[in-house]
Amino acid sequence: MIELQNVSKRFGSNAVLDGVTLTVHDGETVALMGPSGVGKTVTIKLINGLLRPDSGDVVVDGLHVPRLKRTELQELRTRIGYVFQYGALFDSMTVEENIRLGITREDEARDGAYSAARALECLRLVNLAPEVASKYPAELSGGMKKRVGIARAIAGKPKYLLYDEPTSGLDPVNADVIDALIERLQQELGVTAVVVSHDVRGSFRVADRLALLWQAKIRAVGTPEEILASRDSAVQQFLERDLEMSLIQAEAKGGS
Amino acid sequence: MAREAGAELTLDLRRIVGRWSLGSAGHAGRFAFMILDMIRGLSEWRIYVPRTIEQAMNVGYGSLFIVLLVAGFAGAVTSLQTGYQFTGTLPLYYAGAVISESMILELGPVLTALILAGRIGARYAAELGTMRVTEQIDALESLGRSPVTHLLLPRVIAGLLVIPALTMLADGTGLLVGFLTAQSSLGLTYADFEYGARYFFRPLDLWYSLIKSGCFAATVTLIPCYIGYNTKQGAEGVGRSTTTAVVAASVGILLLDAVVTKLLLVVK
Repeated sequence: MIELQNVSKRFGSNAVLDGVTLTVHDGETVALMGPSGVGKTVTIKLINGLLRPDSGDVVVDGLHVPRLKRTELQELRTRIGYVFQYGALFDSMTVEENIRLGITREDEARDGAYSAARALECLRLVNLAPEVASKYPAELSGGMKKRVGIARAIAGKPKYLLYDEPTSGLDPVNADVIDALIERLQQELGVTAVVVSHDVRGSFRVADRLALLWQAKIRAVGTPEEILASRDSAVQQFLERDLEMSLIQAEAKGGS
Repeated sequence: MAREAGAELTLDLRRIVGRWSLGSAGHAGRFAFMILDMIRGLSEWRIYVPRTIEQAMNVGYGSLFIVLLVAGFAGAVTSLQTGYQFTGTLPLYYAGAVISESMILELGPVLTALILAGRIGARYAAELGTMRVTEQIDALESLGRSPVTHLLLPRVIAGLLVIPALTMLADGTGLLVGFLTAQSSLGLTYADFEYGARYFFRPLDLWYSLIKSGCFAATVTLIPCYIGYNTKQGAEGVGRSTTTAVVAASVGILLLDAVVTKLLLVVK
């Protein structure tokens, strides 16, 4: 289980998170929605300890993340897969080497045969051909980079998966492919996941529950149906804005 | 009115000094923690040894040509200058002493370090800075791996191994080219050159050169690694880190040169 308990985080004078409380139950997928720059990425960086909260607590798997020692945090991170917004692939390494780096258990990582097989299995799980393994990130499209990022995140068989804007920068077709992939991985791997996104359509598709981060606070949490039925002005404003964007994209697609 | 303006100026100065002091203390603290992390990471040799060899190959082999070229020119110019100054005033074998001592004690280590501050320092800062702004360092951390053992230790150890070796090669090249130049321009024989070089030479001189280059190697690697690792604000930040790293490493070399020279001359 992942719990954010009254978490606050400031950068200088800018309060990014102010008393945020959110619980993600085991096996559940929660989509954290909100406009750009509202603190969604900060929230998941707090979950895997890349950032520390100014106040409040973050509990993952029963461990209080801000209070963990370096080695304990490294050990916890081996149970958390993190998919970065722009892939964050190591550009001097091939796709296979990138994925092998995601195998976090030392004995498995040192076993060359196992790690090579696991890299290919992860490529298959994200619908990429084995030939991609020998390519470098610079030779891949945006969508492929995202999928390799997901493959690296699942290589260590994590219990938790954190997705940071998995569909940002992708065209609607590729965004659909990634959303379908997230949905399928949740069913096949049964991990607990937090998906950070400003894409409402994708969030509704992949999540069991949705949370709206609005002006440094969690404004609404609920199932897709509950969020759709919400009368909260911020929720309605956010959903309407995204609907407008969807219409514009659909029109542009129809016109081209 | 003038008093108010004066008070405001004093307050501004205090603020500037205060901010600068806090910033410097912050840098000193982070730098010290980085070194502590590196010392802690030394036990994870399985991770950094292969990467160190790779870095040493890149850094050493790639820098060899420019280091030898500059050392050769330094030897030649020293030889010509010595000839110009000494001809008709001092015995010619003194040229051997001046060329060998100036190359081994000063020009070899300092010029090599300054070239490598530009070449290796810029490379380290740009690589690490790019990795920071593209979240590759965060990605390593998120995989439960230490960026210090994966990225910093290999670079620093490679520099500490390669830079003294390059300095020794630079010393040798400078001596050789210096002698050849003196031979052709001054008519200095090998016997005279050797006599002069041996007359003032002490084995400690080579250790002196090696110790100096070791100190410079630490400067050329640690400062750019620290600056690159702490890069912020995208492509502009990478550019800023790269130039800052080269300037800081070069200034560090010149400062260390003065300090280490003073210390080593006391020992000598």
